[in-house]
Amino acid sequence: MSQLVKNIIRFALFILVQVFVLNKIPPLHRFITPYLYFLYILWLPFNLPRFWLTAIGFFFGLTLDYFMYTPGLHAAACTLIAYVRPFVVNMLLSQEGLEKNYASPSAVSMGWAPYATLVFVLTLLHHTYLVLLEWMSFGSFIYFLGKVLATTAVSLGLILVTELLFYRKEKFRTNTA
Amino acid sequence: MRNIFLFIGRYFNFLFFLVLQVVALSMLFRFNSFHQAIFMNASSGITGKLNEKYNGIEYYFRLKATNERLVKENELLHQMLIQNAGFVDSSRKLIIDTARIDSLKKIQKYRFMAAKVVGNTITLQNNFLTLQRGSAQGVRPNMGVVSPQGIAGTIVNVGTNYSVAMSLLHRQYKVVVKLKNSGDRGTIEWDGLSPFYVTLKDIPKSAKINKGDTVLTSETSSLFPSDIIVGTVNEIIDDKSSNFYTIKVKPATDFSNVEFVYIIDNTQFAEQKNLEDSTRKKFQ
Repeated sequence: MSQLVKNIIRFALFILVQVFVLNKIPPLHRFITPYLYFLYILWLPFNLPRFWLTAIGFFFGLTLDYFMYTPGLHAAACTLIAYVRPFVVNMLLSQEGLEKNYASPSAVSMGWAPYATLVFVLTLLHHTYLVLLEWMSFGSFIYFLGKVLATTAVSLGLILVTELLFYRKEKFRTNTA
Repeated sequence: MRNIFLFIGRYFNFLFFLVLQVVALSMLFRFNSFHQAIFMNASSGITGKLNEKYNGIEYYFRLKATNERLVKENELLHQMLIQNAGFVDSSRKLIIDTARIDSLKKIQKYRFMAAKVVGNTITLQNNFLTLQRGSAQGVRPNMGVVSPQGIAGTIVNVGTNYSVAMSLLHRQYKVVVKLKNSGDRGTIEWDGLSPFYVTLKDIPKSAKINKGDTVLTSETSSLFPSDIIVGTVNEIIDDKSSNFYTIKVKPATDFSNVEFVYIIDNTQFAEQKNLEDSTRKKFQ
């Protein structure tokens, strides 16, 4: 399956899972909202130009916004992490030119520790920005901090489960092939 | 000029990022009724269909609970029927006026329309209910929405076959209510903390109030008929710096599994609103 088709299917699946599975979970605590959808942006291929990455991030967030009736909220957060992703990836890559050998970020292509760092940094960034916008008019710092931390913890757990369930085989590509 | 183009060329990605951020944030913060109408009309076309499909599946699994609730409601309505009232002795007679008909002019003030809930959130800060009834069925903005258990929200936007109601669990939602025992009026709001509790404000400290008291809709609300249950008092917070209580109310409606609601059409709403608005203008 080509990268394009694969990513289009992923787009739809992540949105549907977020809207019709995760958002339907009864509230456990007021701090906890299970978010997984932004993993789509982390899984986008390395060779995508930064312009397209940012644009895809925006439209992906906006699609979710259409379901949640929150125009711009998730779009803003997704644009941010899509824009920041290449910087973080470049900082974490252990070896020059690794992004040419593998298609997209994963535990196999980047190594466990750098990939986990990437996921953690972007998840925290996404939730901080999202909750900041959401609670802008509210102003209680404890709630802000509690919600960011609790939501990040839940998201990281969900991402771990997803990575284990849907193991992505990353082929090593050489210049000769 | 050339330098400007060079600058744009060099920082194109960053500028593009900034533009998208500004677009997203302005959408978020300038989200007024005009934008809302455009946004929701565009979205309810596609997402309404999807929500409906999903709801079809979800509905099946909740049939039993929904049925039980409707049976309970029927039971309550049967008890209110005038035929059921037997006059045992003439000094105690039961007067129930369910129809709310003006004796001079035969007008039913409130009309009820059943509607199915096809979309519902409770975990966000601003929650909405999507209902499968629209302008084609006579829904318009500013109609009250009640579930079989109690009040649920107010219609804020209407498409052809779908409408969106602002849920009681919305940070901007306000409704005038009264205490059943004392009749003191206050305002229900939501503080955005827990979907299981809403806040009742502006109840004077002179009011006698106990935990477990019933909160009903007030006669002064133009959206709801009076005496529809809103919830029960759960906790009374005695704020020393104020002459009013802040009360935590447990809503009667269970928002996590509401399946059917009634949209209430106040047939005299426009008249009342126009009169009030023109009075306000006159004495400004």
